[in-house]
Amino acid sequence: MEGVQLNLISKEKLEKMSSMEKLRMILDEVKSGTIVVLESGLTPEEEAKLIELTMLEIDHENFVGIEVETYPQKSGGFFSKLFGKKEGRLTVIGPANKLKTLVKRDDLIKALVKP
Amino acid sequence: MSLILRIKKKFSVIFKFLKKKNRMKIGIYGPPNAGKTTLANRILRDWAGDVMGSVSEIPHETRRARLREGVTIEVDGKSVTIDIVDTPGLATKIDFHDFLKYGLSEEEAKRRAKEATEGVIEAIKWLDDLDGVILVMDATEDPFTQVNITIVGNIEARNLPLIIVANKIDLPNASPARIKAAFPQHTVVPISALKGLNIDTLYRCIAEKFG
Ligand SMILES: Nc1nc2c(ncn2[C@@H]2O[C@H](COP(=O)(O)OP(=O)(O)OP(=O)(O)O)[C@@H](O)[C@H]2O)c(=O)[nH]1
Ligand SMILES: [Mg+2]
Repeated sequence: MEGVQLNLISKEKLEKMSSMEKLRMILDEVKSGTIVVLESGLTPEEEAKLIELTMLEIDHENFVGIEVETYPQKSGGFFSKLFGKKEGRLTVIGPANKLKTLVKRDDLIKALVKP
Repeated sequence: MSLILRIKKKFSVIFKFLKKKNRMKIGIYGPPNAGKTTLANRILRDWAGDVMGSVSEIPHETRRARLREGVTIEVDGKSVTIDIVDTPGLATKIDFHDFLKYGLSEEEAKRRAKEATEGVIEAIKWLDDLDGVILVMDATEDPFTQVNITIVGNIEARNLPLIIVANKIDLPNASPARIKAAFPQHTVVPISALKGLNIDTLYRCIAEKFG
């Protein structure tokens, strides 16, 4: 069957991985055309690192970058203020030539997946 | 005076001295084409009498970060001296085909794309050496982009003071209100870097936040 592969990665699996492991896995999958869904997302630092790694791997032919869909961090919850721990949010990452953002609001994201 | 108090006092004097010497380094960040260099040029023209760099309608015009040291801004008798870094626009994707429609040859477009990827990396690396950020957004565009979310997230994680600039308010479809609604926890200053609209409010805000 032809189509676009979708990998849904659980919070439990993500919690067991180091930052570098996560980013490497994401990039490898996305470069092979897969769309990756992360149940608990990435930290802002990991997001920045992912952009850096993406830039290093753009080859101007097959891989032109990534599209990332996530909601902004909710800031200012009592527990996040107290413990400094932010809950990661649902994140979808795909190759820029397959995943296209249509609408992005703070509570709704619409995206198009091209075969 | 007790010994401890005396030592404390001495250190605070030294600390103040160091703080004075080390001016705040302020990075100008944002997506490509938001008007970062246009704003940097306006600040430098107003307060230092020179310019930062070239401006273009083609995205990724700035591909190397530029540092201008010791710019003094005076507002209401108060003066603040800062170092300003104009950074390359941040992006998650760079496709050389996008440059062809501006009339660049394929070779030029590919070189620009290659340099642009290096520029993005440089801009991210600069984040670790800054004391504050001016984040420039194009007020005619949707503010909820990944680049904006990532920049704001990183600035919050580093606890750096932030001013969000809603630029291009001279254009009829600009909506600074949309940016304010998207980032309600931050200071948003609507301006036109090109026309100079509301620029004094931004200078006052810079003096307050980075002074
Ligand atoms: N109408 C209008 N246009 C503006 C304004 N500020 C910048 N521009 C235009 O937007 C385009 C991009 O401006 P730049 O200053 O080069 O943008 P930049 O953010 O430095 O872009 P990169 O260096 O590519 O990341 C140019 O055509 C500017 O003339 C503004 O306030 N109003
Ligand atoms: Mg520029």
